[in-house]
Amino acid sequence: MTTVTRTGRPPSLLLNLWRSTVGKKAVMAVSGLLMLLYLVFHMLGNLQIFFGPEEINHYAHWLRTLGMPFLRYEWLLWIFRAGLTVCVVAHGVSAYQLSRRDIAARPTKYAHQRQRATYATRTMRWGGVILGLFVIWHILDLTTGTVNPVAEHEHPYQNIVASFDRWYSCVFYILAMLALGLHIRHGFWSAAQTLGANNARLNFFLKLAANGLALLLSVGFVSVPLAVMFGVVK
Amino acid sequence: MNLTLRIWRQAGPDAPGSMTTYQVSGISPDMSFLEMLDTLNEELITRGDQPVAFDHDCREGICGACGMVINGQAHGPERTTTCQLHMRHFKDGDTIDVEPWRASAFPVVKDLVVDRTAFDRIIGSGGYITAPTGSAPDAHATPVPKEAADTAFEHAECIGCGACVAACPNGSAMLFTSAKVVHLNVLPQGAPERSSRVRNMVAAMDDEGFGGCTNTGECATACPKGIPLTSIAAMNRQFLRASLG
Ligand code: HEM
Ligand code: SF4
Ligand code: FES
Repeated sequence: MTTVTRTGRPPSLLLNLWRSTVGKKAVMAVSGLLMLLYLVFHMLGNLQIFFGPEEINHYAHWLRTLGMPFLRYEWLLWIFRAGLTVCVVAHGVSAYQLSRRDIAARPTKYAHQRQRATYATRTMRWGGVILGLFVIWHILDLTTGTVNPVAEHEHPYQNIVASFDRWYSCVFYILAMLALGLHIRHGFWSAAQTLGANNARLNFFLKLAANGLALLLSVGFVSVPLAVMFGVVK
Repeated sequence: MNLTLRIWRQAGPDAPGSMTTYQVSGISPDMSFLEMLDTLNEELITRGDQPVAFDHDCREGICGACGMVINGQAHGPERTTTCQLHMRHFKDGDTIDVEPWRASAFPVVKDLVVDRTAFDRIIGSGGYITAPTGSAPDAHATPVPKEAADTAFEHAECIGCGACVAACPNGSAMLFTSAKVVHLNVLPQGAPERSSRVRNMVAAMDDEGFGGCTNTGECATACPKGIPLTSIAAMNRQFLRASLG
């Protein structure tokens, strides 16, 4: 009946994907999900602080010796750092390029303005920028120790307590974690939609999972500065 | 009913436009929104003014021509086309804002009329099946599973009105394009061109300058034909499979 018209495969697969809005969005979704996966483990690691200085400091040491002697000291950690950097850059660049395009596609606003979409959906761009700035501050504070008053190597407990003894550090951290919760609330479900994993039956459960993940991560992360502020951890 | 209308007036594609205020009286609640505009236009013509230009054709909700944004909502407060929207959904004394679809891919031609030929070019890039025409095929030559037929019907309901683009904060045409892709790709008749169809139609959509999808869901809320948001996920899945596979 029908004739088969198979057009040849495009010359460069990845470049073509990157050039299309759907492909670029898929890059955003995959990098976002990888960061999300990392954050789940990062949060669990952070909660070690409630078991006392020895536990979390030992955990920090363990992280650095992971994979030894096959790998050398801190090698695996650096592999993760490299992967995360790729994710942050890919996520940020695709977010920036798509946002530029989206704004250009709708140059004139309606005279009659109406509240659109949910708060989480509307704050993806600014929330993302807040998260990006937070990541920079966070690395300078607790990774390099540049802006940390104590900055002891392999002593995260002391560094964290010192950092959160400053009110502005707590405020920024808590604000960023609220932004993170909102970002994941829209982002997790959105990523499923972008990668084609959503359908009428799954939709409800994906939204539920997005809310659950968002709540779990923000509460888990925020518990640490709160514990320092209220003297539970000192 | 007496109403105050604030309507976008723009003499031509490059002319500057503005919201202009008009009063209309003697509007029956049984009139459609277009009939209400007809009443205004008769008055304007009698006065020697330019009537408000707007698109319309079938006036029965199936052609998709009558797009306009009413009080910030594509096709107004009811989930239907403007021609099927009745004045009983407004109150006497209301002020109603009427604007054209806003998207750079849909430039304003005049007043409320926009150029939607970008949609035609997306259709031209893959919104068809390749089959010999001239003689009707045997009715049962190609069996279609019931579920596929239902999905195809649901998506074939799209009338290409462009409300999805107008409602989207990114001026994205993803809902429209996904309606067409899903409609044809689910059918056995569409199967041979499945992969090139989705790739070409997404490329055509991007070339027209529509924005990307941020999954706000405004399109599906505005769609008079109820094309679901998850159809975009289905198109994404087929696009990624076609591009990677
Ligand atoms: C560098 C800072 C960041 C920026 C600038 C940023 C920005 C954005 C933007 C603009 C979107 C698209 C929103 C939309 O489509 O409405 C997005 C989506 C997303 N973000 Fe981020 N974000 C950042 C950090 C993160 C982090 C740390 C995570 C990890 C949890 C994350 C996870 C996601 C996910 C899963 C999506 C969904 C992708 C999709 O819609 O398909 N983002 N981000
Ligand atoms: S998807 Fe719905 S809103 Fe968009 S063009 Fe088709 S019928 Fe109109
Ligand atoms: S005039 Fe045809 S759908 Fe309204």
